[in-house]
Amino acid sequence: MEYRIALAQLAPRLGEVDDNLELARDWLRRGAAEGAQLVAFPELALTGYLLADLVPEVAMRSDDPRLLGLSREAPGVVVAIGFVEETAAHRFCNSAALLRDGELIGLHRKVYLPTYGMFDEGRFTRAGDRIRTHRVGEPLGSIGLSICEDFWHASLPMLQAHAGASLLVNLAAGPARAPGSSAGLAAIAGWHKMQDTYALLGTVAVAFCNRVGNEEGLTFWGGSRLLGADGSTIAEGPLYEEALVVGSVETDDLRMQRYSLPLLSDERLELTRRELDRIIAERAAIPPPDEEEA
Amino acid sequence: MTAALPEIDPASTLEVITAFIRSQAQQTGFQRLVVGLSGGVDSATVAYLAARAIGPDNLLAVRMPYRSSSADSEADAMRVVTALGCRTERVEITPMVDPMLALISGDDEGALRVRRGNVMARQRMIVLYDRSAAFDAVVVGTSNKTEALLGYGTLHGDMACAFAPIGDLYKSQLRAVAGALGVPEQILAKPPSADLWPGQTDEDELGAGYDDLDRILFALVDRRWSVDRCVAAGLDAKLVTWVEQRVARNEFKRQTPPVAKLSLRTPGIDHLYPRRRPGSRRGS
Repeated sequence: MEYRIALAQLAPRLGEVDDNLELARDWLRRGAAEGAQLVAFPELALTGYLLADLVPEVAMRSDDPRLLGLSREAPGVVVAIGFVEETAAHRFCNSAALLRDGELIGLHRKVYLPTYGMFDEGRFTRAGDRIRTHRVGEPLGSIGLSICEDFWHASLPMLQAHAGASLLVNLAAGPARAPGSSAGLAAIAGWHKMQDTYALLGTVAVAFCNRVGNEEGLTFWGGSRLLGADGSTIAEGPLYEEALVVGSVETDDLRMQRYSLPLLSDERLELTRRELDRIIAERAAIPPPDEEEA
Repeated sequence: MTAALPEIDPASTLEVITAFIRSQAQQTGFQRLVVGLSGGVDSATVAYLAARAIGPDNLLAVRMPYRSSSADSEADAMRVVTALGCRTERVEITPMVDPMLALISGDDEGALRVRRGNVMARQRMIVLYDRSAAFDAVVVGTSNKTEALLGYGTLHGDMACAFAPIGDLYKSQLRAVAGALGVPEQILAKPPSADLWPGQTDEDELGAGYDDLDRILFALVDRRWSVDRCVAAGLDAKLVTWVEQRVARNEFKRQTPPVAKLSLRTPGIDHLYPRRRPGSRRGS
């Protein structure tokens, strides 16, 4: 069966939650009109990116009626959208909500907050500590949500593929660098390589929704992309411009794709875990238990 | 590895800078911009970019010659105005600069030259900000990355602006962007000059050509090479060392002044917000 996905490559307004909710409702209706069963929005689509100390002002709880109500604009459609979440314990996270018919059906808190070079996220938001998948029902099964930098750590999408996701959804706010130079294109090419690799090695479809627009001196590059579980590009958005990028994943292909390329089933998870335990112990300078040599 | 000049793709750079200028105008709530137009390639490029972003009717190019400014500079500035069809004003700064220098005298010629250059740059800033209020506009910066890194600019003078569209472009990249924008050939071809005294050129004053400086800056700053690595790649050891020291010495010019930390929350240290906060847009 075809599963239709729309990527809302829009430009949120920094700090303007009401405006962004209105934008999201509008783009969600457009996605639904295109027949989309899932509409994905960028990272921090409800708040904008360079918030700094605006974080507490724009934060909302994951059961905030404004957030949940958004999905009522398009009955039956799954919505993936980025926002600043304030937990009950007043922990402020860069989060992605998965919504349908006024209910929260999944939540991901950005695990990897880039705090180097041009990025300063760890100064204003706290890292998530769960890597999960979320059931959305047939024909798709489960979705693995992640946010931008999370994808620069292969363990996260690979864990989600092993946990049963048939679609990885990455919400991003990627700023352009050195446009058009080999360095600038290399940053975009890096993203493409990652997406291609996760689709191929995870035998999983990938939806990448990156924002556009400007904040302070940053220009977000867009280029949202939808890939099939065989690594093929199904749809790709323009650079720098707003666009609703729509495409369909063929869920019936997954069965034979995973029969032909049984990478997930063949993965030696217990071996991976043993080696991880050893590496963790060594990095913490804990002497490993005596290993018997064969 | 060779020490190459920084690359640039003018077409996509134009798109990014044009969108940046529009976004700055939108965020500030101003529809109009003011630029000081010298007749040189930097301000000409900014004028072209601004006209492209917000339309020539919304751009005021202010020409501010001093008595020693070259006639060619003024003619080149007018070429830009004519090509763009933007608004323009001419405000000669001689009657503002000379009385101030005369009031406080006693320097030798070398010191006076530096003072005159700084006073001219700051007087032009005063004119630009005065005209911006009258024109209901904000001032666009014309400093490039080469100048900013070398500290080749006057604090509160030519460095003063609301935003800096070419501040991350090296001089050599800027020329490529200027060419793609259609900046007149006369402006592209002439030696860059601050035009602070007759016959002055930037490259004489800095002691090296912009291409050589850009190669070194690109290696030291963007590629994070050590001086030794630059020299091993064939760059001139003396010039590399001079550039590295000059970049370090001028760090203060690129940063806001430090505030003595006393309270729980101090602007710029732990009171941190985007420059344009919700509700701060004019008219909102």
